[in-house]
Amino acid sequence: MARALIHLPAAARKGEVVEVRALIAHAMETGYRAGADGRILPRDIIRRFSCRYDGELVFSADLYPAVSANPYFAFFLTADGSGSLTFTWEGDNGFAQTETVTITVS
Amino acid sequence: MIDAAALDRARRQLLAAGLGIGLGVAWRPAHALSDELAGALRAFTGGAATREGKVSFDIAPLVENGNTVPITVTVDHPMTAAQHVQAIAVFNEKNPQREVVACQLTPRAGRAVVSTRIRLATTQQLVAVAKLSDGSYWTHTVDVIVTLAACIE
Repeated sequence: MARALIHLPAAARKGEVVEVRALIAHAMETGYRAGADGRILPRDIIRRFSCRYDGELVFSADLYPAVSANPYFAFFLTADGSGSLTFTWEGDNGFAQTETVTITVS
Repeated sequence: MIDAAALDRARRQLLAAGLGIGLGVAWRPAHALSDELAGALRAFTGGAATREGKVSFDIAPLVENGNTVPITVTVDHPMTAAQHVQAIAVFNEKNPQREVVACQLTPRAGRAVVSTRIRLATTQQLVAVAKLSDGSYWTHTVDVIVTLAACIE
């Protein structure tokens, strides 16, 4: 399991637009670099990131090798009601990780 | 003896010429895209026309470390079910691959703003594209200077 950091306010007012920031530890090996032995290191990147709010898609992204190591995304979300936010990262070599964060909306 | 009025006229003409050159430089198509970049953009839009505007691509003009360059793309557009930004994508000119990142947004994302960090191989041109729910595409092109390139060799 890679280390993932997710930041968002724990509580929000209904209808409030809140910022969500998500970062995951991943080398994002581009597949264009040579290793110590001079051979090209195989590509190993996260290809897809998505955020769902009670199962409904809020934000998703297709990642390419030009995304930095430890991919970071910040985006906004309208807090409609208390629920869970599911963050999913998928990538090469069967990489898959899911994190869930709850948000309380009053 | 040189006439003072003639001298003044010559000075004014020279100034006007200088101003003309200055404007010419400023109005040169600074955002003419390279063929490859235009091709990547066409692949994304499916051949639809793109217009400059609405999109604001925030990136440091002088990048000291190409390994991690913070970017923010802001689209000046509401995020409602009827009218929203569907996608935001970023393309580059000189990295090994033209695509950088492609984001999909839904009306539940309250604001059409995306931030991330990218790699840049060299000094180049970048373009951010936004697809709106009415099917139109808007772009913003920026030029960045990179002093330390991302490791690609």
